Amino acid sequence: MNGPFDFTLALADDALVAAQRLAEWTTRAPEMEEDIALANIALDQLGAARLLLSYAGELEGAGRDEDALAYLRDDREFRNALLVELPNGDFAVTMAKLFFLAAYQLPLYTALAACADERLAAIGAKARKESAYHLDHGALWVKRLGDGTEESHRRMQAAVDHVWPYTHELFAADPAAPVDPATLRPAFVEVVGPVLAEATLTQPDSAWAPAGGRAGVHTEHLAYVLAEMQVLHRAHPGANW
Amino acid sequence: MVSARSASPTTANGIGRASAREAVAGVVDPEIRVITIDELGILRAVEEDPASGRVTVTITPTYTGCPAMDVIRADIRRALAAAGHPDAEVRTVYSPPWSTDWISEGGRAKLAAAGIAPPAPVPAAGVVSLTLAVRCPQCGSPETEQVSRFGSTACKALWRCRSCSEPFDHLKAL
Repeated sequence: MNGPFDFTLALADDALVAAQRLAEWTTRAPEMEEDIALANIALDQLGAARLLLSYAGELEGAGRDEDALAYLRDDREFRNALLVELPNGDFAVTMAKLFFLAAYQLPLYTALAACADERLAAIGAKARKESAYHLDHGALWVKRLGDGTEESHRRMQAAVDHVWPYTHELFAADPAAPVDPATLRPAFVEVVGPVLAEATLTQPDSAWAPAGGRAGVHTEHLAYVLAEMQVLHRAHPGANW
Repeated sequence: MVSARSASPTTANGIGRASAREAVAGVVDPEIRVITIDELGILRAVEEDPASGRVTVTITPTYTGCPAMDVIRADIRRALAAAGHPDAEVRTVYSPPWSTDWISEGGRAKLAAAGIAPPAPVPAAGVVSLTLAVRCPQCGSPETEQVSRFGSTACKALWRCRSCSEPFDHLKAL
């Protein structure tokens, strides 16, 4: 990556795609309270995505606003990490994704709040408060399922094993960025380790580290997410309601 | 600019500005209709250009994704137009971030009266503490439990009273 535009766009796309994936749970979550919780978290992610996209558009200076960036880019132009585009899977997979993402976003936004870029600092200061709630919620479910029944433990461990390799991409070094993601890993490890231990789950040690999202090389899943998200806007350009 | 909320509304051009500020301060939150945007602490400033009469209102969202912001902007413009200020601009700022500590005492009392438990003071930076007892807004009992930390709007959690069995909303400390 290079420069504040790519950095801001990457963060925006993480939040946007995470929001879209979480919204897929609406009316389908295992209980009503959880349905509301996931919709709320999706809304927080969407809020952060809008601020970041708007700012990215200004940094680019090519006249693209948040809508142009969200609705009129193809998958190869998206810069989100692969983690957020992975299918929701069962509830345990969604919770593993939520938990790992929040454990990354909380230290990210906290560091952003102290960075030299005023706009990014303001967004970070706002979003970190919300991330703290997301992290609490994800950790609660990881512990509840991990240290629950034999079946819930089995599925939570399978989810952690499945999602874990995708966390490495989040911390790829980028020394030129306003916040170098590599510097966030210690905070992530510090949060994730004890929660997995309390959940009686084993932290994977697989060296497989799929990546490419930050360069626009995605899994086959992203294009389907975008197709659903963008179809209305593309079919009716400029529509308003 | 950010301290303008507590600044005196009277200036050289006193009457006009005071009425603009009063008009805006009276706008109710569209999702919690018992409390005004001023009491909620999201109204940051109301400034009137003495020469042009143009009013600039500065607000900040409770949560980044708060879906009520568009309605609030429209309500502010409508209130200003009704008070004789048709030329208005509503700006949104994100820094400093809104905190539940900005909800006024009067606002807290109104929330409690409407059955919404007001938030506790925000704990130390970066940490969200959920251990403080929340009193039931119906019977006042501290014997309450959280049903879900996410509720009917982004800023509320769902609680239940173990004494009187009533479910209630709690505005989350943020």
